[in-house]
Amino acid sequence: MALVNPDFVNEVKRTEEFNASACMNCGVCSAVCPMGLELLPRKLFRYVLLGLEDKVLANTETIYSCLLCKMCEANCPAQVHIAENVRFLRYYINKKVFKL
Amino acid sequence: MPLPTGDTIGILADNLRIRHSVLPISAKSATRWARGLNIPKGARTVLYTGMMYQLIPYIAAMGKAQEGIEDSFLVNFIKLGRQVNKVINVSGFMALPSKSMQESYNRILVNIARLLQQAGVQFGYLYEEELYSGALIYDLGVDDVLKAHARKVYDVFKKYGVQNVITVDPHTTNMLRSVYPKLIDGYDLQVQSYLEVLVERGIEPRSRLDLEVVMHDSCVYARYENVLNEQRTLLKNAGVAIKEPADSGKFTLCCGGPAESLYPKKAKERARQRVEQIKQAGAAAGAVTMCPICYVNLQKAARGEVQLEDISNLLTQAYCM
Ligand code: SF4
Ligand code: SF4
Repeated sequence: MALVNPDFVNEVKRTEEFNASACMNCGVCSAVCPMGLELLPRKLFRYVLLGLEDKVLANTETIYSCLLCKMCEANCPAQVHIAENVRFLRYYINKKVFKL
Repeated sequence: MPLPTGDTIGILADNLRIRHSVLPISAKSATRWARGLNIPKGARTVLYTGMMYQLIPYIAAMGKAQEGIEDSFLVNFIKLGRQVNKVINVSGFMALPSKSMQESYNRILVNIARLLQQAGVQFGYLYEEELYSGALIYDLGVDDVLKAHARKVYDVFKKYGVQNVITVDPHTTNMLRSVYPKLIDGYDLQVQSYLEVLVERGIEPRSRLDLEVVMHDSCVYARYENVLNEQRTLLKNAGVAIKEPADSGKFTLCCGGPAESLYPKKAKERARQRVEQIKQAGAAAGAVTMCPICYVNLQKAARGEVQLEDISNLLTQAYCM
């Protein structure tokens, strides 16, 4: 069973720029991603919104593999700040896991 | 050996915090390109290299030393460990870059300075006081270290009364134009890439280059900074026919370079995919890049199948000779 951390989204979201909830799960981002990041952003952002911290942390490699190239964003119909959201996740992991 | 992500990021961030650069290089190597160009120190408008073109040959040298193990240049640092790095500057153990590679990267900066001079722009340079922008640390999400560093960079500009900054690569342009204003209260520098400055100044070609090239747009210029027309205008005005790869312009395909510091293998695969697109658009034509990361990454992946050049080489031939 996954542990739920109800504060997770607030810990990740440092500013209003983190707009994961705008995602409508259409899958365009994954289809165009040059890295073939199937999880990013939709599933991972969903995990954040649901407070599933363990699931996010289990996907650290995916989070750091993103090129921040914004190919996904240029095609996203909901103007999700995907690259910036990924950086938010990195900041969180850097602090919480890597103690940086 | 896969790179331990946390340690790698830690070392890079420590370097920026303690030594003001991710991989510190000597002031002599960083400023060598400007020798003999008579660029004044400081000035209201400065050419800011952001050190990216100077750093790449060092990074490539580290990569080369690692080729057998198929791992990134950072493995050297990781082996020595983050704790050691805090006390001893492990970059002292860095492999030395090849002279010819250093010369060709320095040549790009010379080109850019000459183009600006040709366009009648009065500008200075900060020489050994210039600092790296921190772009990699921003990408890795170490925002607190970045914020403190950005302040230092800004203070140097302020010390010299700088108002306008001309940048030479997309990542530095993005940092100074779009990221720093969010980190520094009252930030008031005007930032333009040299490509934008040249177009704004209406630089006129002196010779026509009757050739074709494939355009590899940088994703940061295209999707973060909206620099898409300038490179085309400058080449077209010089008689260059531009060929576009399958993914181009606003939808350009990333060269994969940003994955290099943590996942070099993935970076290589992405670069290879882009090289294939470039080949299909016209391998005989050769291709131009406008970012040192694209340049080094694509060149490695091209294995000599496509001729790659920094756009400033062509622009210098057309506008300065
Ligand atoms: S393209 Fe945008 S809206 Fe669609 S799944 Fe991706 S982030 Fe969500
Ligand atoms: S920014 Fe990241 S998730 Fe989006 S397309 Fe590029 S590599 Fe894929």
